[in-house]
Amino acid sequence: MAAAKKKPAARRLARPARMRHIIIGAGPAGVIAAETLRKLDPNAGVTIIGDEREPPYSRMALPYYLSRKINEAGTHLRKTPRHFKKLGIDVRRDRVTAVDARNRQVKLAGGGSLTYDKLLIATGSSPVSPPIPGMDLPGIHPCWTLADARHIAKHARPGAKVVLMGAGFIGCIILEALARRGVQLTVVEMANRMVPRMMNTTAGGLIKQWCLDKGVRVHTSTKVTAIEKGPDGRGLRVRLDNGTVLPADLIISATGVRPNIGFLKGSGIKTDHGVLINRNMQTSNPHVFAAGDVAQGLDFSTGEYSVQAIQPTAADHGLLAARNMAGHKGAVHRGSVNMNVLDTIGLVSSSFGQWMGATGGDSAELCDRNRFKYLNLQFKDDVLVGATSLGLTDHIGVLRGLIQTRTRLGEWKEKLKHDPTRIMEAYLANTQAVGFNAGMI
Amino acid sequence: MAWTRNVMRVNLTKGTIKREPLNMEWAMEYLGQRGLATKYFVEEVDPKVDPLSPENKMIMTTGPLTGTMASTGGRYSVVTKGPLTGAIACSNSGGFIGAEIKSAGWDMIIFEGRSKKPVYLYVENDRAELLDARDLWGKSVWDTDHELHKRHQDPLIRVAAVGRAAEKGCLYAAIVNDLHRAAGRSGVGTVMASKNLKAVVVRGTRGVGNIRDPKAFMKAVNAGKKVLHDNAVTGAGLPKYGTQVLMNVINEIGASPTRNMREVQFEGASKISGEAMHEIRKSDGKANLVTNAACFGCTIACGRISVIDKNHYTVVNSPKYWGASGGLEYEAAWALGNDTGVDDLDALTYANFLCNEDGIDPISFGSTVAAAMELYETGAITKKDTGGIDLKFGSAEALTKITELTCRGEGFGKIIGLGSRRLCEKYGHPELSMTVKSQEFPAYDPRGIQGMGLAYATSNRGACHLRGYTVASEVMGIPEKTDPLTTDGKPALVKAFQDATAVVDSTGLCVFTTFAWTLNDIQPQIAAACEGDWSMEKLHEVGERIWNMERMFNNAAGFTARDDTLPRRLLTEPARTGPARGKANMLDKMLPEYYRLRGWTPEGTPTKETRARLGL
Amino acid sequence: MLRALKIEPEKCTGCLQCEMACSYENEQVFNPSKSRIRIFNFHDEGRFAPYTCTQCAEAWCLHSCPVEAIVINPKTGAKEVIEDVCVGCKVCTIACPFGTVNYNHDSGKVIKCDLCGGNPACAEACPTAAITYVDIDQTGLDRMRAHAQKTLPQSAQAA
Repeated sequence: MAAAKKKPAARRLARPARMRHIIIGAGPAGVIAAETLRKLDPNAGVTIIGDEREPPYSRMALPYYLSRKINEAGTHLRKTPRHFKKLGIDVRRDRVTAVDARNRQVKLAGGGSLTYDKLLIATGSSPVSPPIPGMDLPGIHPCWTLADARHIAKHARPGAKVVLMGAGFIGCIILEALARRGVQLTVVEMANRMVPRMMNTTAGGLIKQWCLDKGVRVHTSTKVTAIEKGPDGRGLRVRLDNGTVLPADLIISATGVRPNIGFLKGSGIKTDHGVLINRNMQTSNPHVFAAGDVAQGLDFSTGEYSVQAIQPTAADHGLLAARNMAGHKGAVHRGSVNMNVLDTIGLVSSSFGQWMGATGGDSAELCDRNRFKYLNLQFKDDVLVGATSLGLTDHIGVLRGLIQTRTRLGEWKEKLKHDPTRIMEAYLANTQAVGFNAGMI
Repeated sequence: MAWTRNVMRVNLTKGTIKREPLNMEWAMEYLGQRGLATKYFVEEVDPKVDPLSPENKMIMTTGPLTGTMASTGGRYSVVTKGPLTGAIACSNSGGFIGAEIKSAGWDMIIFEGRSKKPVYLYVENDRAELLDARDLWGKSVWDTDHELHKRHQDPLIRVAAVGRAAEKGCLYAAIVNDLHRAAGRSGVGTVMASKNLKAVVVRGTRGVGNIRDPKAFMKAVNAGKKVLHDNAVTGAGLPKYGTQVLMNVINEIGASPTRNMREVQFEGASKISGEAMHEIRKSDGKANLVTNAACFGCTIACGRISVIDKNHYTVVNSPKYWGASGGLEYEAAWALGNDTGVDDLDALTYANFLCNEDGIDPISFGSTVAAAMELYETGAITKKDTGGIDLKFGSAEALTKITELTCRGEGFGKIIGLGSRRLCEKYGHPELSMTVKSQEFPAYDPRGIQGMGLAYATSNRGACHLRGYTVASEVMGIPEKTDPLTTDGKPALVKAFQDATAVVDSTGLCVFTTFAWTLNDIQPQIAAACEGDWSMEKLHEVGERIWNMERMFNNAAGFTARDDTLPRRLLTEPARTGPARGKANMLDKMLPEYYRLRGWTPEGTPTKETRARLGL
Repeated sequence: MLRALKIEPEKCTGCLQCEMACSYENEQVFNPSKSRIRIFNFHDEGRFAPYTCTQCAEAWCLHSCPVEAIVINPKTGAKEVIEDVCVGCKVCTIACPFGTVNYNHDSGKVIKCDLCGGNPACAEACPTAAITYVDIDQTGLDRMRAHAQKTLPQSAQAA
């Protein structure tokens, strides 16, 4: 890299074909891909196209903005002033309306088009608005963009009655932020527990109990049937299928997200739930790649291709996509482990891989309901394939490490079945000799 | 200021837990740990109290340096009235729970009353609760520890617990923490069990701060670490051989009490010594010793971690004991070995594991077995009494069997669990009990080390080496060499060691540092950590104050000068071999001088002037 | 030449001086629970294992951070948490496959080894030289990395 910096002119002469990389989407996957491309090829043209007016920021950080832990600048993905300019990465505010794969062009909402050699689709996802009467009323917001967060921050005043629709991962991190703002909070979740796609019944139930103990009202196995204007024309009313009617000053909808793939219609690029990619992050078109929440990539645990929509996977995807776009051989995706960590008003929970268990596998479980401590390990043969924890924060990364290296636990499996809290010992005993588990991605 | 200034008061009768501020006036006079907790104890408890009644209290206490980076700063003590002796008891332990208590924000925990049903105390920083322990009652310390770690899903909780021996009334039951460190002597575990308190579980994440002068403290700490490192005993001997470095040394000078202290040298000593623990066994190609191990913050690391040969008769059918655990320290090796005449290292290690597993003091236990063996030899007890055990000196099988029974409180083990004095009285031979104030002797024969005779006779918790370890001077020349076979200067030496040890035991540091350190090395660490005046002069005064306070409690409990004595055997039966051949202990040449130096009346009570001088 | 922590578990006695030194350096209290280096005790085997971040080239923690709160110190090569920037989302704690980033409940931020800016307190405090700070080619880390990458040919190269 140092050499390249010194002799850019010579390089340019030696390589007349300057690669043009275009990245659609200014989230973590897109930004990491752009930076990686810049490192791998100092001469390439790298353009990020994003449709929000703010500098690239992190949706993950929005709850902390809401809870006033950081200001808007604190949500920005990169903190150095003129970071992208210094790297020679062109960040454009525009929206891609279509991809012309045959001519390697993207069409821009602002007019005109751009030509690429390699294209990365990192458009992320958008919140889904559930088909409920009244969803279009004012006072109902998703919490997805900085603009949404500003709205919520304005209305979620202490004492305000807030109804949160959806207690999934996103719902729960907003929940924490709202609780910190001192609102009167009610959560409505269709499933029988909180964070149903991340936590099993026991753990999801414990999180619900924790929230109840903290003064948050929680309705699980409950649907919102309608939203109406308040009786005096002020505020809103939320009707639930259990007959309850909740008055609300603010409703936050966090009922799920969907990959942003609409603009690919007619491009010939194959999509399913998200953009279909192979293990080189390549779509059905060899010049087009996809990464992050929009990509339907390889799941390490199941061997299937699915949309994970989590930050570490977006980072994995971004890195690997860039390497493949730069023509690096051997940058093959080994699959990402689905995992999440969540802080629900101080109760930290996490889940990894096949936390729900594997066919033909077995498990170990410890539960202390009084202290909200829970640990569940899932094995297939003597390999850890999944885990769930509540109240555990020390060294939890080794759960990923053990899952992703498919470490054979040998005699330690029985020890863990007897006492799963010895996970760190098991990890060290089985990996310390090698020391490094490089090759996670 | 090093103290957390928080005292937790747990009333087991009422099931209440309260926080109160540490009495800083007392802290300025008694420093911490042994001194300060004893002050609390004597202020609150009637000296005549029945040790196993709810009216007795039990204090778990840390020192101002506990939980700091000062080397060995992980100690805690348990102060109570001991059921074995009826005297003040203060048992000191290392491991990790002491620092954990401190890190949770507590200087001491005072237990009072008696719970109706078995409970354990769970402390997580400022949260503390009494939890049901009915399902833990009847379990060993080891099983309790494992179960609690699982139950709380936290590998970092620290557990101190009592085992089955304590539950069944063994009078020298220990409180075992971190699986194999123990507040071992005087039956403090028996008191804990009598309160229906099975365990104390602690997790502290606040840390220890409030150091008065952090820069000066770290400087003093590093200087202290260097002294320990450069010293031959603390820097080389103890890490390599543990306290077992003494086995051969003490045996050679003819001060190794053997077969209930009939002899002063054990022919099998080299087979159970620190050196022997390093030797590769022919049977399984392994050494007894796996590694040395440190307690919290200790840069000496004298702890022994041992494995028993899987093929040894004791464990061949018990895989439970195949793993490594706390191995033989010198006192245990001696009591279980020399004093019973057993020289089978694996058998002794097994017996030691059991003492840890169920929490009994191996010194008192081994000595009591030795007395029983002598009674068996004389015919005062028979196989009918022992339940068929052929309780002969030198029988490893008899030793390990009686260890199993005593640890579990079964059969003849219940009688052994009463201690040597009660055993010998029961069978009509009180003279065969090798005890002072009903507590059994440790591993230094006062015929071969004269000063230790005085130290034992005047120890405030009965026969004990850790109340005034003149062995350091008389055998190792620390801080200067004195002749172990004479009484010259011994009263002053004993007093100086007793007072200095009282200070060390009040700091949170380990007394083993004093193989290398004097109070001059410790003083800068205390002075930098703690607010107040902690000059050398002040520390000497504090030590003396603590000693006299303990003495006054014992006097009030009914002890007099008549109890400051040794068994007849040590005063009248001379050593038959070794350098001390022909010598008995010459206590009467030392005791009057000692009383005079102490400022005590001939009846052994502190004079009015002494009390006034020390503010007692 | 970059330096790294060399750990020789066979020399460790489990005294926790390193944990205290680390917490004292970083938190101004003696507090093993806040230490960036931890000693693990294999009780049944009589083995101790000091364990901390190896400042791996892959830097999963850094890449997974949504707010660029983990950066490389060019002088030491350490991946350092910028506390003011960290929002406490804990994603790095699950992303680090070595489990060496921990969440600190009191500060609401994550903590990890930063090599004390080039003068690691743990190494200085260790009484048995089980932890030393040496030139990186003496640690064996490179060898281990090479081995790991041979074993796992599809591994990610440092980006």
